[in-house]
Amino acid sequence: MEEKLFDLLKEALEIEDRDLSLNDNFREYPEWDSLGQLSVIAALDENFGVVIDGAEFAGIKTIGELLAKIESSVG
Amino acid sequence: MAFVKFNKVGIAGLAAAVPQNTIENLQYTEHFDDVSVKEIVEKTGIKQRRFAPQGMCASDLCFAAADRLLNDMSIDRNTIDLLIFISQTPDYRMPATSVILQHKLGLAKTTAAFDINLGCSAFVYGLSVAFSFMQTGGFRRALLLDGETRSRVYHPKDRKTAFLFGDGGVAAIIEHDEKYGESFFSLNSDGSKESLIKMDAGGYRNPSSPDTLKEKVVDESGNIRTDEHGYMNGADVFNFVLLEIPGNIKSTLSYSGDTAEAVDYFIFHQANSYMNGYLAKKLKLPEIKVPSCIESFGNTSSVSIPLTIATQLREEVQLPKKILLSGFGVGMSWATCVLNSPGFYVSPLIELPG
Repeated sequence: MEEKLFDLLKEALEIEDRDLSLNDNFREYPEWDSLGQLSVIAALDENFGVVIDGAEFAGIKTIGELLAKIESSVG
Repeated sequence: MAFVKFNKVGIAGLAAAVPQNTIENLQYTEHFDDVSVKEIVEKTGIKQRRFAPQGMCASDLCFAAADRLLNDMSIDRNTIDLLIFISQTPDYRMPATSVILQHKLGLAKTTAAFDINLGCSAFVYGLSVAFSFMQTGGFRRALLLDGETRSRVYHPKDRKTAFLFGDGGVAAIIEHDEKYGESFFSLNSDGSKESLIKMDAGGYRNPSSPDTLKEKVVDESGNIRTDEHGYMNGADVFNFVLLEIPGNIKSTLSYSGDTAEAVDYFIFHQANSYMNGYLAKKLKLPEIKVPSCIESFGNTSSVSIPLTIATQLREEVQLPKKILLSGFGVGMSWATCVLNSPGFYVSPLIELPG
């Protein structure tokens, strides 16, 4: 699931030049903007069937935290 | 569960008016660079918008639409017993714009007139209110007016909203007659999300003051607006739409006893083409059943659903159709309905010069 999430984020945010890490704060990526966020939200719904409430999503900073949230929602 | 149904009441005619003044989004680059603007235009699918020139109000667009519709359909104005004006950009804080329109349109003093203040969900809400009154049998005809000048609500230096919104106004005639089939409505609200789309000041909670009119940098991206301009957290709105709307559409279809296949057209609020494309995909709807006018008019708030009908389905809706309308946004407020229409008249689009 970790690899799938990395691929999803890279595709949604159009990141091609580097690998991602669980400790990354994805909100600090230069590619992260409001339009990129829409793509991520849609991709999470499409690939994992997970829609995270806006207020809760705002509290998620790192890819690791996002993965934990997806795992708890799917599981 | 706020589900309601009506019978033998329906839309008899529809007309839409937009300002002639056209904004080319790709050339709307006074405050942002060409590359950012191109990216926004591609992602949102909004190429053009109509901006009301100074002095033109939402009610003027509705007046033009109503006047044309009443003339086209040769309707005796004395038979209009109810006038509803839907807007969040009225002429004044008081009196209600509907009352001013009663006089301007030459309607009788016996006309019931009032305003409804809701945003993107409001056309569906307004239909339900008009249908309710009409089903009592006491009113002969209702005129449902819905207009917005959203171009004035948002600041041109706030990239989150500067490229999205446009102006327009519509008029619909509602009648009761044996020929109208059943209609089914679901009406909803969630005030816990009041801050997703909002204008903080200028009402009575935070009255207008020199401070509320000052331009401020409001985020780390350097977006600028005043407290009397609207703001929108687009990503959270998208989240809200994914959480609420597909389920609401399915439950309304279940209430009306229809399958998605039986519906001829799904007309969604036109917020951006990315979101509606995603909604259609999630609900497995063929593209041809989900018409759109976002490319030419942008997001016109509550006007966007009837404007889509008037500009994209003008011929089609004159024949019997089963149509689903779903409006969602500021509030948050959302409403969906299924109409079994025997067909209704649609006037050609009016382009109002400044």
